[in-house]
Amino acid sequence: MKDFVLIFRLADTADFKPSPEQMQERMNWLAGIAAQNKLVDKGNTLSVTNAKTIQPGQVITDGPFTEIKEFVSGYVIVKSDSMDEAIELAKANPIFKLGGSVEVREVMQRPS
Amino acid sequence: MHHEQLPHLFRVEYARMTAVLCRHFGLQYIEVAEDIASETFLKAAELWALQGMPDNATGWLYTVAKNKTRDYLRRQHVFDKQVKPGLSTDLYEEPDFDFTHQTINDSQLAMIFAVCNPANSVESQICLALQVLCGFSVQEIAHAFLTKKETIKKRLLRARANLRNDQFRIGPLDNATIESRLDTVLRTIYLLFNEGYFSTAGDQAIRKELCSEAIRLALLLTDNTLTNTTQVNALLALFCYQSSRLDARANEVGDLILFEQQDTSLWSRELIDKGNYYLVQACTGNQVSKYHIEAGIAYWHTTPGANKWRHILHLYNQLVVMEYSPVIALNRTFAFAKVYGYEAGIREAERLRLEEHSGWYALLGYLYADIDPGLAVGYYRKAVDRSTSVSERKTLMREVERLQ
Repeated sequence: MKDFVLIFRLADTADFKPSPEQMQERMNWLAGIAAQNKLVDKGNTLSVTNAKTIQPGQVITDGPFTEIKEFVSGYVIVKSDSMDEAIELAKANPIFKLGGSVEVREVMQRPS
Repeated sequence: MHHEQLPHLFRVEYARMTAVLCRHFGLQYIEVAEDIASETFLKAAELWALQGMPDNATGWLYTVAKNKTRDYLRRQHVFDKQVKPGLSTDLYEEPDFDFTHQTINDSQLAMIFAVCNPANSVESQICLALQVLCGFSVQEIAHAFLTKKETIKKRLLRARANLRNDQFRIGPLDNATIESRLDTVLRTIYLLFNEGYFSTAGDQAIRKELCSEAIRLALLLTDNTLTNTTQVNALLALFCYQSSRLDARANEVGDLILFEQQDTSLWSRELIDKGNYYLVQACTGNQVSKYHIEAGIAYWHTTPGANKWRHILHLYNQLVVMEYSPVIALNRTFAFAKVYGYEAGIREAERLRLEEHSGWYALLGYLYADIDPGLAVGYYRKAVDRSTSVSERKTLMREVERLQ
């Protein structure tokens, strides 16, 4: 089993508030992964409003680093045998209904 | 008092007596305390068989225990005087302890924390709790777990060594002790209850007693302001809701009855009300423990309503994210199917891949029953093959016959 971080990105709609149904759907997705014993870390949702970016030269700017008009909204860590399986887990996330995307990255094992 | 109550009286008083005596001698001498308690009950059994039970049986027991302690100390004193003169300058003293309500309660509470040592394995932890806190004999523990006496003895050996060498002092509890051990205490009580409630193997009467012992220990925790936490109340709420269904759960011959086929009029209203009381007590803080969630699930199970399964699913979602176990995963999927339909439930269930668990096949059999009875029978048969419980196999076979 390898660990994969799923990084969620949403288009820049800072005032976005999920509806109860959307939250329910997201929780169903997360619990579905947990029920397969493939959840490593339920992660966190990241604030969009209380966000700063520190640029080279100690320049501090407001908000997330959003050159690509998308911001990271949260992350989850799952475990699976392969990248393909991790992708399958991510595909079922309801974020795609909102036009968001998920980046799947294998966590590299530190040489011990 | 009736003779059937004797074993129960012995069990409860044995645990209390040992706790108070351990407070006096120290845990490293727990065997001495247990010997005195055993001798006391032996004497009671002999005498009461001939003369009948005294009116104040408990008081009688404590007087005898105190006398036996005095005898022990006197012997010990002589031993110390003659065998190792000069080593001990202590004058012989009368035992300075009492068996008042307060001392018994304090000692028992401290004993719970002494027994629940995170260093013990889960199995030996429960055996130790049953033996020291609940006064079960090795034979009875073996009976409850359907295990050989030798296995139970082995489990107890190390746990008892940990108990003796732990330097734990039986007396009023301090905050640090409570903080470091309360989780283990709650877990032990929770497992004790589950052992009695869910397992279908072993002697039914003993299993019911495991449930009531777990409730008794949890109630002891609510008696002390330091240990009367929201988690303890959540645990008690859970126990009350579960117990309210105990009589509806098995038919006259002890076969398990599926939840949906239970006669709800057999549910105990009184226990449900008690559960509600403790759940309210549990919800006074901000803390949400797994016991809170499980109590919430049990609450919705005893409560009719259109959105019941939606609430149950919501809670199972939280629970499975908090702590994975195959049983939680299966129950969560069952609730999912109740909310989103059996077809969606099947897709969710198939992903679990719990090939070793009879419960997984039973769930698939259940969900396929109307959609594809042939497939359902196949799954039910696989569940029967993997089930270790006689009554569970019977229940599953009934479903197979119904579908064929």
